[in-house]
Amino acid sequence: MQLTLGPLMFHWKPDMIQDFYARIADEAPIDRVVLGEVVCSKRLPFYEALIPGIAERLTRGGKEVVLASLGLVTLKRERAMLADLVEAGFAVEVNDLTMMRYLVPGQRFTVGPLVNVYNTGTLGWLIARGATHICLPPELPIETVEALAAHGTKTGAGIEVWAYGRLPLAISGRCYHARLAGRSKDSCQFVCEEDRDGLAVDTLDDQKFLAINGVQTLSESRANMVGDVTAIEQTGITSLRLSPHSEGMVHVAKTFRAACDGDISAGEALAMLDEQSDAPRYSNGFMFGKTGADWSHQISG
Amino acid sequence: MTRLELVCPAGTPASLRAAVGAGADTVYCGFADETNARNFPGLNFSREEMTEAVDYAHARDTKVLVAINTFPQAGNEALWHRAVADAHTAGADAVILADIGLLAHTARHHGSLRRHLSVQAAAANPDVINFYAEEFGVKRVVLPRVLSVPEIAAINREIDTETEVFVFGGLCVMEEGRCSLSSYATGQSPNMNGVCSPASHVLYAQSGDELVSKLGEFTIDKVGQGDPAPYPTLCKGCFSAGNRTGHVFEDAISLDAASLIPQMARAGVTALKIEGRQRSRAYVAAVVRSFRQAVEACAAGQAIPPSALAKLSEGQDNTVGAYRKTWR
Repeated sequence: MQLTLGPLMFHWKPDMIQDFYARIADEAPIDRVVLGEVVCSKRLPFYEALIPGIAERLTRGGKEVVLASLGLVTLKRERAMLADLVEAGFAVEVNDLTMMRYLVPGQRFTVGPLVNVYNTGTLGWLIARGATHICLPPELPIETVEALAAHGTKTGAGIEVWAYGRLPLAISGRCYHARLAGRSKDSCQFVCEEDRDGLAVDTLDDQKFLAINGVQTLSESRANMVGDVTAIEQTGITSLRLSPHSEGMVHVAKTFRAACDGDISAGEALAMLDEQSDAPRYSNGFMFGKTGADWSHQISG
Repeated sequence: MTRLELVCPAGTPASLRAAVGAGADTVYCGFADETNARNFPGLNFSREEMTEAVDYAHARDTKVLVAINTFPQAGNEALWHRAVADAHTAGADAVILADIGLLAHTARHHGSLRRHLSVQAAAANPDVINFYAEEFGVKRVVLPRVLSVPEIAAINREIDTETEVFVFGGLCVMEEGRCSLSSYATGQSPNMNGVCSPASHVLYAQSGDELVSKLGEFTIDKVGQGDPAPYPTLCKGCFSAGNRTGHVFEDAISLDAASLIPQMARAGVTALKIEGRQRSRAYVAAVVRSFRQAVEACAAGQAIPPSALAKLSEGQDNTVGAYRKTWR
C-alpha cells in the first residue's frame, strides 16, 4: 500500500509551508506528495516561488512529486495557472476537468478527489486518456470503492482513497471566511490564514459539524481509515491519501505506514493517533457507515 | 433583442401540461428513480408517462429535455444506460447529463440524441465547456451558479456551445455536482441519490420556546414560536463559527434573476432555466407565466414588468446570487 500526501488545503504562512514540507521530505514515510493550490488561486502568489525548492527536496527524499491543478477554475488568470503546470516537468493532478484541455501529449497525469469518478465508465474513460493514478471522491461507500479498485487492478491504474484529514465536502464561488468577516471574496484580506486547519462551524446545539476554509467547506471531523487498512487493501486499493494538517503529520504518516505494513494492529494504530494532545474527532462513515460523519471505532488505550 | 428560450420544470405530467400551457418553450423532466437529481417521492415520470409527455409537448410546439444527471453507481450503470435509451425512444429533444462515462456512452450509442451538459457537471469556464463539446458533442451547457454576468458573457465569447442559466427558484450556494454536505449528514447525496437534505431525514422538534429543525443528527436551525420554520436545507442553516452565529453559508433565500434577463440576452445566453421540479402545478404555471411576460418584454426591447414572484419563492427574500459579483 502506498501513501500519498494530498495538497495542502489551508492558507499557511510561507515559512510554515517550507518547514512542513522539509519535515515531510526528511522524516515521513510517504511515497507521493501532491503540491500546489487547489482551493483558492489568490493564495498561490504567497508561496509559488517556494514550490521548485520544495519539490526538489521532496524528490531528494525519495518522494514522487505531483503538481495539483486548481479545484474550481473560473478566471483567465486561473486558466493561465493550468498552462503553467505542464511546464514544470512533473506529473499533474487533475482536480477540475478544465485541466484536461491543458495536458500536452505525453504529459503524465493523475486525477484528484474533486473530480467525479463514481463508476467504471468514467474511470475507464480517464484511464484510456492516460490517467495513471486516481484518487476517488471521498463520499463513495466501500462497495463502490471495491468495484472501482477492481477496474484499476484490471487496467493497471493505481486507485486511491481519502484516508486521513478533514473531508473536502464542497467548493463555492463564495468565500465563507470573507463572508464571516463581513467582506467579499475580492476584498478578503486573507482572513483564512488565521485558521491553520480551517474554522469549525458548530450547530446551534453545539454539535461539531463542518469547517470552512475560504471557498471550501470541510467536515469538522477528520476522516481516519487507519483502523480499516486491511479492509481497504482487500478491495484492491493501492494507495491511501493523507491530507495535511498543521500538527503531527509525520506521526500520522508513520502510524499509517506501520498499520499498512502489519507492524501494528488496527487498535494500536488508532490509539497511536489518539495519543496526540488535542486529538481531533474522527469519521469513516462515507466508506463504512450510514452517513459520512459516522465513526465505527472505539479507541481504547 | 433576442427572444430567450424559457426552460421550465416538470416534476409530474400535470406540471408538464401546466408549464406548456403557461408558455414554456421547453420543459425538462426525469424518470422516477435515482437517475435524476430530483429523485423525490411522488415525483417524476414512468416510461409510459414520458412518451405521452413528449407527444403532448411536441403537439404544442414545446421541446422536452430529460435530465439523467446523477452519477451512475458503479456496478449499476445499466440503470442509467437504460434511462438514456428510453429517453431516446420516447422522442426526447435532448438529454441532460453530468457524468463523463455516461456522456461517452451516449455519444457512442445514441449519437443522434442531442446532449446537454447538466449544471451538476459544474462546467465554469470556456476551456472545460469546449472539452465537453469536443469530446462528447455537447451542444448546450447549463452554467453553475458561481458565475457573474460579465463572466458568462466572457465565456460565451469563447465557445460555440449554447448556454442556459438559472433565473428562478432554489439557489445552490455550493458549486453543483461537487457537494457532499448532504451525504455527510444523511448518507444521501445529489450526486449518488439525486437528493439534497432529503425529507426522510428531516426532524422538527419543540425545545422550550423554540422549534428545532434537524437533518439527520445535526441541528440546522431554530426559530421562535410562531415564526415560520424554513425547510432545513443544509447550506441555508444557522450555525456558529468563530464568535459569530448566523447563516454562515447563505440565508433562506431564493434566486430571482428576472431583472437580469436583458443582461443575459446581451451576454449571449440562449436559454433561461426555472428551477423547481418539486414544486406544485400552480406554482409552475404562475412562475412560467411571469417569465413568459418578462421574456417577451425583453424581446420587444421593453422594461421587464416588476416581478410579482417574490411571494412564490421559498424564503422571504430573493437574490440575484453570484450573477452580481459582490455576492461572493
